[in-house]
Amino acid sequence: MTQFLLMGGYAVYVWPSVALAVAVLALNIVWARRSLAGAQREARRRLVMGRREAV
Amino acid sequence: MAWVWFHRFGSPPYFYRVARRLTPWFAWPALVLCLAGLVWGLAFTPPEAHQGYGFRIIYVHVPAAWLSLQVFVVMALSAAIGLIWRIKVAHAVAASCATVGTSFTVVALGTGMLWGKPMWGTYWAWDPRLTSELLLLFLYLGYIGLRSGFDDTARADRASAVLAIVGVVDVPIVKYSVDWWNSLHQGSSIIRAGGPAIAEPMLIPLLLMIVGFYCYFAALLLVRARGEILRRERNAQWIAEELSAPGAGTGSSGSGSLTGAFQGATGSNGPVGSAGHAGHARI
Repeated sequence: MTQFLLMGGYAVYVWPSVALAVAVLALNIVWARRSLAGAQREARRRLVMGRREAV
Repeated sequence: MAWVWFHRFGSPPYFYRVARRLTPWFAWPALVLCLAGLVWGLAFTPPEAHQGYGFRIIYVHVPAAWLSLQVFVVMALSAAIGLIWRIKVAHAVAASCATVGTSFTVVALGTGMLWGKPMWGTYWAWDPRLTSELLLLFLYLGYIGLRSGFDDTARADRASAVLAIVGVVDVPIVKYSVDWWNSLHQGSSIIRAGGPAIAEPMLIPLLLMIVGFYCYFAALLLVRARGEILRRERNAQWIAEELSAPGAGTGSSGSGSLTGAFQGATGSNGPVGSAGHAGHARI
């Protein structure tokens, strides 16, 4: 296990690389979902406003 | 008339519904493939002859670098389709590529620097491959910046499309930089004449990661494109139906008949007031 974590002496380069990739990929999922949720909220707001005008 | 199926994807409601249904079919394989590839690659691959275990950075570096290029191609192609045939969905797809593409480029450059330090003795060199990839990052950032300069989405679409189409020239430059110039960076080792230059125990987890990254990108693109479509479709009846459908929020379930896609398309852009029955929509 220790040997795996040490990466044959390259731990300081391998693990930050993996961490960077995982962090950026995870963040993108959050961003994408937030972007869609924001667009849905905005669309709902427009629908309500459109209906008020029609009344 | 078999070719007509393709045209349906130009219909925002059809694309929106298909995208919602397809997302989990890419998201789950992405998770499984990336986890499998990462665990296999980081824990069970033999040390490389010159780089020892340091080569394992390949499992995040190469997929990110590939995708950074291919996402730009997808972005430029859909931007061109949107520009030429005036298809809103194509513009929506193009706009959805930018953030993801930027992220892949950042990961490719960041992991490349972390790989360069122990192997080349430096984090950065003004090498053709590195410099052209950095230019790619600036093109992505320029695309995002240009879009944010417009309040009108349609104008942002047209202006940024031109940048994407011109900028795509950088993609072959990145790809072939290692062949055209003397580069610190090693040449292509997977797709090359004579087959891959990587031994199978190292290659298989890499391929898992690459396919996983493709699925990840597809899932993310579908989620983002739905948001972009909603932003481009004003007061359309299908949006009222879609947003009130049970489970249609962000989940994978939900109904929404595909046969109604065309009625929805023809009724789009109409005032919501005319969509009489939308009144009971759950808001």
